[in-house]
Amino acid sequence: MTHLDIALWGALPYIVLVVLVAGSAWRYRYDRFGFTTRSSQIHESRLLRVGGPLFHYALLFVIGGHVTGLLVPEMVTDRLDVSENSYHDVALIMGGSAGVAAVAGLAILLYRRLRVPAVRRATSGTDRAVYPLLAAAMLGGLVATASSLANPYDYRLGVSVWFRSLFDLDPDVAAMAHAPFVYRLHALLGMAMFMLWPFSRLVHALTAPVWYLARPYVVYRSRAVPYRHPAARPGDTRPTGAGRTPR
Amino acid sequence: MRVMAQVAMVMNLDKCIGCHTCSVTCKQTWTNREGTEYAWFNNVETRPGQGYPRGHEDQDRWKGGWKLKHGRLVPRAGGRARRLARLFANPELPSLDDYYQPWTYDYENLTSAPLGDDVPTARPRSLVDGRPTDVTWGPNWDDDLGGGPDVLAADPVLRKMNDRVRLEYEQAFMFYLPRICEHCLNPSCVAVCPSGAIYKRIEDGIVLVDQDRCRGWRMCVSGCPYKKVYFNHQTGKAEKCTFCYPRVEAGAPTVCSETCVGRLRYLGVMLYDADRVGEAASVPDEHDLYEAQLGCFLDPDDPDVARAAEESGIPHDWITAARRSPVHALINRYRVALPLHPEYRTMPMVWYVPPLSPVVDAVTAGGHDGEDPANLFGAIDSLRIPLEYLAHLFTAGDTAPVEAALCRLAAMRAHMRRINLGEEHDPEIARAVGLDERAIEEMYRLLALAKYEERYVIPTTYNGTVPDDVAGTGCSLDGDGGPGMYPSDVEGFHVPPQREPVAAAEFSGPGDPGGRDELKGRVNLLNWNGRGRPRGLFPRRSEENGL
Repeated sequence: MTHLDIALWGALPYIVLVVLVAGSAWRYRYDRFGFTTRSSQIHESRLLRVGGPLFHYALLFVIGGHVTGLLVPEMVTDRLDVSENSYHDVALIMGGSAGVAAVAGLAILLYRRLRVPAVRRATSGTDRAVYPLLAAAMLGGLVATASSLANPYDYRLGVSVWFRSLFDLDPDVAAMAHAPFVYRLHALLGMAMFMLWPFSRLVHALTAPVWYLARPYVVYRSRAVPYRHPAARPGDTRPTGAGRTPR
Repeated sequence: MRVMAQVAMVMNLDKCIGCHTCSVTCKQTWTNREGTEYAWFNNVETRPGQGYPRGHEDQDRWKGGWKLKHGRLVPRAGGRARRLARLFANPELPSLDDYYQPWTYDYENLTSAPLGDDVPTARPRSLVDGRPTDVTWGPNWDDDLGGGPDVLAADPVLRKMNDRVRLEYEQAFMFYLPRICEHCLNPSCVAVCPSGAIYKRIEDGIVLVDQDRCRGWRMCVSGCPYKKVYFNHQTGKAEKCTFCYPRVEAGAPTVCSETCVGRLRYLGVMLYDADRVGEAASVPDEHDLYEAQLGCFLDPDDPDVARAAEESGIPHDWITAARRSPVHALINRYRVALPLHPEYRTMPMVWYVPPLSPVVDAVTAGGHDGEDPANLFGAIDSLRIPLEYLAHLFTAGDTAPVEAALCRLAAMRAHMRRINLGEEHDPEIARAVGLDERAIEEMYRLLALAKYEERYVIPTTYNGTVPDDVAGTGCSLDGDGGPGMYPSDVEGFHVPPQREPVAAAEFSGPGDPGGRDELKGRVNLLNWNGRGRPRGLFPRRSEENGL
């Protein structure tokens, strides 16, 4: 266990968490106008209509797989009489196909971004960092999944233990330091992505409009309720906008 | 009864000459920015024609507005779950090609081209990706029936009228239709916004997009059947016609109304019963939608309505303004104004006086006296093509209300001609269209002569807040209701009440770009309202500082 291991698997995750939370809060406070999907569908729709849903839906499955793989201890599945082998097979098939779908979706989106001039021109500076990182992280994950076919590695006794130990504020650095290289690379790329999250277009995921399901169709708001920008200084009033008055 | 107020508009299509001044001034005011090059909050389309964006009235394709599902109103593109499921790519979103690819010209080439035998040209360049482009469509490509019968054939309204219409191209009737956001009573763009960023203002009914809440999901763009919400491709946010709310709040008309050379726009307050809107929007027969919406409007002269309005918190001057509202007169009293596409069930609030001129022109072209009431009434009835076309625009295809409105306009012409020529009055003309002579002359005054303040009856500064600094620096009688009432500041629209401290802070703040310390604490005279002696107006004397 070297100092590098301790820095990467003991300290870095907390730095990432702080940057993610504080960065998102900072951005929400000072740049709410910047919270947007930055959609380019108006320029090109045909490829997006395939690639967009494919990528996003597959990604939701992938996230679900990560949550179960990382948070559910092997103990629990053992008690449910799910053998490591059968768990692994299911994870491999479902996670693998979701991963392949997500990568395929991303490939379509990347092709579109590079080859359609209007979309290419609408690419921002952070996008140039986000897309390679996203692609690398996802490919890393796919390779990790595929590599388990050749030399089996029970990540639920390694990576997952480390991940859960982070929440006990007692990181099990050894558990991660001994994981195969591709897992460590995948985790590093993932952490880099979370660092970038608040400062890139990825923030749009934080504002997923789930409240829509519970909202009346027509929204009324009053002009009379004075609106204060969250970042406004005391005494600074803006003439427009209002608090929402739903009915 | 829950009374609500709305600032609404009526446009008199007989007077529109299609000059596009409204579009241009609107664009200069609101959308002359990167990202909104293609967006026209106000546009004028020639009818028949495809409109802008192309074929926007084809709701089988765009799925805008509402539909009835088992007697209940649902957005035509599907309810909440369906919308969320389509979050990652909106299948009904128009592409830039459906509007038009915005372009500019390579003007620099005109001056920088090397000397040669050929005259240099300014080639068109795309404003989106900067590359040379071919201009194949624009915001008004089919202006004045340009583009010929092929373009015309794609008009969704014409297609509804199907085989009965044969377009004798040179003799085709046409008129202009200026369009802005309808600021509907039952707005479907608001309904489909997953973020809840679009809202209808309680005080004046203006539908706005909260730019800080919009996340760019683009549902509103397709959800609006009039296609009057636009996606800013630079900011990634939806933008739409604001009804020039900063002007309207200050009692000034919208820019499109202000600059209309034909003076065909009318602005005024409508009072309506919010409890009836849902029911009215869901009447089963589309032909009943016009009457149902009329049923939502309240008569401000009715004392019960006035009392209920006061109880709902509508300021008194709004109720008096509603009584003088030209919009209310044209919609309810004379019934010559009709809603645009009521069949979308959004209860639009920008109404139109249908054009009589295609009919008059046709009668005159036939060698008859186009102003003779007998000829005109007969022609309105027999000229089915313009009539049906107008009905598909304004009354979901029911010709009766259009015919009634046109007959009232024809009766007005006939009546006023008799007066102008010194002929004997014929009260029968007015009676035949359900009006009396006085009403018809009032209607004539409103449609033909009305001055600025009769066309735009907009109550001012209705939030009733007294500026904070009045107590400190002004006379106490300058307040609301006092003999020296605080002047409503029309020119400055909204001078923020706390101008002085803010202005002083501008110079004293650490953000002063010049870092000029000698200006510290001084007041910005441009923002000074001229009353009192704001702190920092004069430099402090050194003895006051104790130096």
